[in-house]
Amino acid sequence: MEIKLLTEHYDKPEFVTLKGYQKLGGYEALKKAFKMKPEDIVTEVKNSGLRGRGGAGFSTGMKWSFLPKNNEPRFLLCNADEGEPGTFKDRLMMERAPHQLIEGMIISSFAIQSKKSYIYIRGEYMKSYKIVEKALQEAYDAGLLGKNILGSGFDHDMDVYRGAGAYIVGEETALISSLEGKKGQPKLKPPFPAVQGYLRKPTIVNNVETLAAVTWIITHGAAEYKKIGTEKSAGTKVFSVSGNINKPGVYEVALGYPFKDFLQNECGGMKAGFNFKALIPGGSSCPVLNAEEAMKSTLDYESMGQLGSMLGSGGVIIIDDKQCMVDLLNVLMNFYHHESCGQCTPCREGTGWLNKITGSMLSGRAKMEDVALLDKIARHMLGTTICALSDAAAMPVMSFVTKFKEEFEFYAKERKSKVRGEMVYAESHH
Amino acid sequence: MSLSLPAASKAYIQKELKRYETKESALIPALFEAQKVFGLITPDVIDLLAMEMDIPSSRVSEVFNFYTMFNKKPVGKYHIQVCTNISCAMVGAREYMQAVCKTLNVKSDEVTADGKFTVTGVECLGSCGTAPMAQVNDDYHENLAVSDIPKFLEKFK
Ligand SMILES: Cc1cc2nc3c(=O)[nH]c(=O)nc-3n(C[C@H](O)[C@H](O)[C@H](O)COP(=O)(O)O)c2cc1C
Ligand code: SF4
Ligand code: FES
Repeated sequence: MEIKLLTEHYDKPEFVTLKGYQKLGGYEALKKAFKMKPEDIVTEVKNSGLRGRGGAGFSTGMKWSFLPKNNEPRFLLCNADEGEPGTFKDRLMMERAPHQLIEGMIISSFAIQSKKSYIYIRGEYMKSYKIVEKALQEAYDAGLLGKNILGSGFDHDMDVYRGAGAYIVGEETALISSLEGKKGQPKLKPPFPAVQGYLRKPTIVNNVETLAAVTWIITHGAAEYKKIGTEKSAGTKVFSVSGNINKPGVYEVALGYPFKDFLQNECGGMKAGFNFKALIPGGSSCPVLNAEEAMKSTLDYESMGQLGSMLGSGGVIIIDDKQCMVDLLNVLMNFYHHESCGQCTPCREGTGWLNKITGSMLSGRAKMEDVALLDKIARHMLGTTICALSDAAAMPVMSFVTKFKEEFEFYAKERKSKVRGEMVYAESHH
Repeated sequence: MSLSLPAASKAYIQKELKRYETKESALIPALFEAQKVFGLITPDVIDLLAMEMDIPSSRVSEVFNFYTMFNKKPVGKYHIQVCTNISCAMVGAREYMQAVCKTLNVKSDEVTADGKFTVTGVECLGSCGTAPMAQVNDDYHENLAVSDIPKFLEKFK
């Protein structure tokens, strides 16, 4: 069953406007927040159990408390770069509920005492950009942004920034570099952005969904939020689902919801003629689960972790029995090879080799040993690089070739896809 | 150098230069503007922006080269960018893209003879639940079908 804390009003067009949003209770949380002490808001968010919805699932309140306790200027950046294949929840959130995000950001900025924030939106999301830009103007006109917001004495400016196409910019340090007008390349951590980020000042980077959840938490309280979900995965998560299912789309459910029910109820089951084969639970960087694993999984950080995968961004990719796993892995390796920024040798070379091998396998030029070689190359890419993209490319490979080994071996040996019965034509466009 | 920026673009860039904490942050907006004006960003356009913004050319081209939305080759008036990443591939986006190319009689990344279209395969556009999908210039077109291609192409005059 869906539990709509953040997506409740998605179907009401008036929710996009300030007036419509306020009619449905909008900006009441902000008034409440201004009556609280900033440090109490941080504690409230910590107590809610809210974890970052951008991929890593780190405690939001905890992250905020890493900021230095002094008067140094600090920044809040909203990560709306959403580029992880299979993920489209942030786009909908900006298009349908821009003020919920803006309100969450003003509250969060007040909590961390930041006077300036940015919403960094991937360049392709022109529609989101325009909607957010308009919502910001409305907020300024209503005195919800700028000087002495609602007579609270708190000043805050918020702006929107448009990216120009690069998956890697979703990584927080890369996002910061990009916003500074540099190449969007990740930087080695530490220093973490909370200590040294945008303009070398303390900076908090949070995902769209994370910041929107802050609005709900302040309205209803941490205890109410914590009642939903599981002990370690509190609250709801907005999942975007794709594949050959009857009802692809965006669904918000309590964390801990059984995947089996999710597939049957929210997704409307598989499309006629397609059977469920595998699941990538949280965007393309998460290891694949086979059908048996998927059916016993629940949608939360711990369950996915125990099964050797991740909840990631909540981009649920449903793989059906008509799909050739060699083909799909090649699609992913095209992507990671294209998106590697090239700073680290294991990532740059590794993604290149992986892509080369999956490509040659598809065209019938691979040897049986190449199946093991894929796994070996991937293992060398783990944990030694500046950012997590290298791991994000390696982990799908390891899980694909382990769990669907027979498809890879069949392809290498027979020079055709086990599923399709013929060679899969693949044109790489990079 | 005979290139010059229209007054409105100059004003826009000057405004962007003051909008952010550092003026380099205006590079992406300025490059988008230049692409809109000139179609393609050539080395001359880079130099023009560098002068206009008082930022070294090398910094301008560094940013230009990093991001995929700045075209490196000429594209048609309508740039049809079909996502061919995993979710889209599973529901036939690659076959869709091939069919569009066939209808327009071009290979991917080529410009049609009349200069109107370019078809490019791109990475995830965050529209995975409404695939096949394509971005044409600034707009998303979702739930596309091979059978509708002629009608779809007619939208672009
Ligand atoms: C390669 C890569 C791409 C990423 N892309 C995104 C993204 O598109 N959106 C996002 O919110 N986080 C993304 N992240 C995670 C961010 O680095 C960061 O952890 C996140 O924005 C923090 O916000 P949260 O704590 O609210 O989740 C990415 C990380 C990596 C390594
Ligand atoms: S791991 Fe890859 S993407 Fe990340 S910084 Fe290194 S080369 Fe760039
Ligand atoms: S995979 Fe095609 S839009 Fe996401």
